[in-house]
Amino acid sequence: MAVLEILVYPDERLRQDSLPVESFDAALQQRIENLEDTRLAGPGAVGIAAPQVGWFERVLIIDVSGRKKTTSHGRLVLVNPEITEWDGYAMGREGCLSVPDYTGNVVRAERIHLDAFDAGGKPLGFDMEGFEARAIQHELDHLDGLLFLDRLVSRRQDLFRRKVYKES
Amino acid sequence: MSNRYMLTLVGRDQPGIVARITAALYAAGANLGETSMIRLGSNFTVMMIVESETGDADLHTALQPVTESLQLVLHIDAIEAAFQQRPVPDACIVVYGADRAGIVAEVTGKAAAAGLNILDLESDIGGTEAEPLYILQIEGVASQGVDALEAALAPLRANGVRVDVRPIDTMIG
Ligand SMILES: [Zn+2]
Repeated sequence: MAVLEILVYPDERLRQDSLPVESFDAALQQRIENLEDTRLAGPGAVGIAAPQVGWFERVLIIDVSGRKKTTSHGRLVLVNPEITEWDGYAMGREGCLSVPDYTGNVVRAERIHLDAFDAGGKPLGFDMEGFEARAIQHELDHLDGLLFLDRLVSRRQDLFRRKVYKES
Repeated sequence: MSNRYMLTLVGRDQPGIVARITAALYAAGANLGETSMIRLGSNFTVMMIVESETGDADLHTALQPVTESLQLVLHIDAIEAAFQQRPVPDACIVVYGADRAGIVAEVTGKAAAAGLNILDLESDIGGTEAEPLYILQIEGVASQGVDALEAALAPLRANGVRVDVRPIDTMIG
């Protein structure tokens, strides 16, 4: 087990583009294991992207299955992930292992379709929504050198965002 | 070793208030921490945490030209220097309805009894002069859970007030 150091903004390395994984070899498996160990050691992170530990390849891990009332595909290791469809939008609160002690509102697509490969190179495809789709979009941003800070919207802006109750 | 202060400045809103206050503090070598700056009615209100090597008398001196020319009321308190991790809000309440005396006390009283620690509250009055609309937004930590909060506030709906209680799910990744 290896818990790696998490890069913290303003570390400029978080700004770089990550490269596609070329070979699904034993070294990849080891690095994925270390990435997962690091995610689990962090404070309640549901996802982590490789560049957050200074590994600049297109790999991310998410697992939102521990959350109540959340649609989920369980723990996913995703290599060379790509969102191919976006639908709807929703405001939500995000924080980041690489930006400690700050949370903010971000607008993300409500539903996405994601194509990726698993750790062994097998193609995967998912329709995702809500919290899980948000986590994917946040992590994918890391692969493109973006942080949720780049997408902040005002905290004073989500009035009447969701259901209102009919008076009975 | 730097000291931390809570600065409060209030005065009639006019262009350049923020720029002049912050420039004076910067020139005095003070650093800004968390701040809240917002217009309330025709006033502009500034509350901020400031770190400075100097004492509060020096901050008063540094800000005096600004407070005098813009006629701002200034108050400075020394505060604890220890770094504290900020609590993360996990519940949000939105209340709106016809303007009505006592609604903030009623909502916050019931919410406090149901375990809510308020981190942020803002209220506004919209609508028309004849029929004002009161809007209240609260964020906080629901120490007894969002369901307890919802149950505590539900009775308010019987009085024609809209109440929306919802979790704030913070995605950390
Ligand atoms: Zn992140």
